[in-house]
Amino acid sequence: MLKYIVKRLGLALVILLGVSMIIYFLIRLMPVDFIQDKINAINQGGATVTEETVQAMYAMYGLGDNSFGGILKGYFTWLGALARFDLGTSFVYGLPVAEVIVEHMGISFAIALIATIFEFLIAIPLGITAATHQYSLRDYFVTVLVMIGISLPSFFFGNMLKDLLALKLGWFPASGLVNATVSYTGVELLLDYVRHMVIPILTIVILSIGARMRMTRTNMLEVLSSDYIRTARAKGLKESVVINKHAFRNTLIPLVTSMAGLLPTLFSGAIITEQVFDLPGIGNIALDAMNRGDIPFIMGYNMFLALLSVLGVLLSDLMYAVVDPRVKLE
Amino acid sequence: MEENKTPVVDTAADTETPLDKNVRLMSPTRMVVRRFFRSRLSIIGLLMVVGLFLFSFAGPLLYTQWGEIELDESGKTEYAVSETTYTVNGVTYTLRQTTEKSLKDNFLAPPSAEHILGTDNEGYDIFVRLMYGGRISLTVSFIAVFLITVLGVVLGGIAGYFGGWVDNLIMRVSDVLMCLPGVPILLIISTLLDASDIDAKYRIYLLMIYLTFISWTGTARLVRGQILSLREQEYMVAAEAMGYSTGRKIFKHLVPNVMPQLIVQMTLSLGSMILYEATLSYLNLGVKAPYAAWGTMINIISTNQDILQNHLNVWVPAGVCIVIAVLGFNFVGDGLRDALDPKARR
Repeated sequence: MLKYIVKRLGLALVILLGVSMIIYFLIRLMPVDFIQDKINAINQGGATVTEETVQAMYAMYGLGDNSFGGILKGYFTWLGALARFDLGTSFVYGLPVAEVIVEHMGISFAIALIATIFEFLIAIPLGITAATHQYSLRDYFVTVLVMIGISLPSFFFGNMLKDLLALKLGWFPASGLVNATVSYTGVELLLDYVRHMVIPILTIVILSIGARMRMTRTNMLEVLSSDYIRTARAKGLKESVVINKHAFRNTLIPLVTSMAGLLPTLFSGAIITEQVFDLPGIGNIALDAMNRGDIPFIMGYNMFLALLSVLGVLLSDLMYAVVDPRVKLE
Repeated sequence: MEENKTPVVDTAADTETPLDKNVRLMSPTRMVVRRFFRSRLSIIGLLMVVGLFLFSFAGPLLYTQWGEIELDESGKTEYAVSETTYTVNGVTYTLRQTTEKSLKDNFLAPPSAEHILGTDNEGYDIFVRLMYGGRISLTVSFIAVFLITVLGVVLGGIAGYFGGWVDNLIMRVSDVLMCLPGVPILLIISTLLDASDIDAKYRIYLLMIYLTFISWTGTARLVRGQILSLREQEYMVAAEAMGYSTGRKIFKHLVPNVMPQLIVQMTLSLGSMILYEATLSYLNLGVKAPYAAWGTMINIISTNQDILQNHLNVWVPAGVCIVIAVLGFNFVGDGLRDALDPKARR
């Protein structure tokens, strides 16, 4: 087991190296130029910038040489700093990238965690009823409903909910995280956060229930057709006992495994939803950074995502062996 | 396929006639088709998809009142009311002034006989732009799915058949690509496209082609996994003994056996491609104005609160079209999965 984990971690390192190389080269080729924007801003302010200052600025940010060799050198500089656990300094915020990520991750994580909890609470019972009543009206109804959820584009549905629940009915605030006009403290502040998060969370939950519900339904159907369920019924057990005690426990295997795969979803932030509701989460910040050419931040954010997805895959493989004693890792 | 025919007893037949006249022979393909059409959801899905295709491709030929980028310049008069309050000798007077402004473009017109769904903030006819947007969305997703499948089948087939270092190389590359964060990467590529002076009309095609380079991994894994298990079967030993060429073994004996899963995956990914394209266009990274795409038509509400609240006819129809398209492909994909699954018999 330990040998397997070490081997997988080594492989993960190679994967991350590959990912970082691709992303770095793509970013350096991006036409968005942070320095140029900055110089334009200075010029607009009335001051003039000499050619030497421009060159010095490019050199200072390490963007002086845009040839292949220059980019390669920049990449290794970045990699060298990373080896010392330094993700560099964000151009836009002037703070260490890691700090910016940690600062904005909290809100994304809170939204994702609450949404995931609701997703499981709603999707699993729905999946079980759909499976136990296969091909019935109830099954069709639930299936069609969650399929519509899967098919909704997040930007469209988010805006629809925003229009209806916030702007038309006025039940919840339309955007942002806090009410800027009132300064709340303590419990009231927390309640204000909650009010602002209701619609974004509702959006995410409705869009994500479908996949989980269908997964539960498929697993449940498979388990229900196995021999030991027939035995349990033949013993004369009540149907509720058969479903809830015998069948459901085995459908938990893939569900628990898939929870490890949630790792990236929990921390990476929902870019589109955060953009629609103007939430200061990590996804929205990253979108902004990309539009402004904040290279260190984009690199840091994307590597963070890649690391999470590598770890997610590894964790779900390990979980599989933990949950299901029949699985042997080699 | 001849020897695969399965006899199905026709219940309506009488017992007098000899048995072979009483049985209808059905090929596996016909059985799949029959199972597919037995599910009501698949039929609904098929109708949705076919309907959208007709709407997008035949629609502009039949409804020619307006073009995709044809402005309605019939003009529009806008009234602005300003209110001023004066207090003279303790009596308050309110002066209401109405200014009339004549504009060239008839924008944000409500639905009428002339504009079935009204016009948008520029003065384009929304109904017509829905059709042209559908053309782009559907074409782009079909191209992307086709390319992804070709790349995935070739690379997955090679990896699964040859194994060894070839397999290792292809799978490690796919590991790396799988860990690339999808939306951020597309954002970066899209800004790269902005730099090259490519025609606004074609940049979405180029973008989707880049997308295929990072999206073939799922298909490749599916094909590889299937081929790994099929490779060990007796009929492949027979093919080996017959001395068939490698290409023939892979593409005539192995790949057709992966087809069922492949078709299902292709149909389902059509839906996700439409969502991808719409999201990119919504972020103003896909199809750009003045050309229409469903996502582009919704983009306006991210900056214009008035349209979001008061002009639902501008953005809701485009969203409904996206949902119909994705839902249709999902229903068809599900129906195909059930129909092609030899274990699931109803």
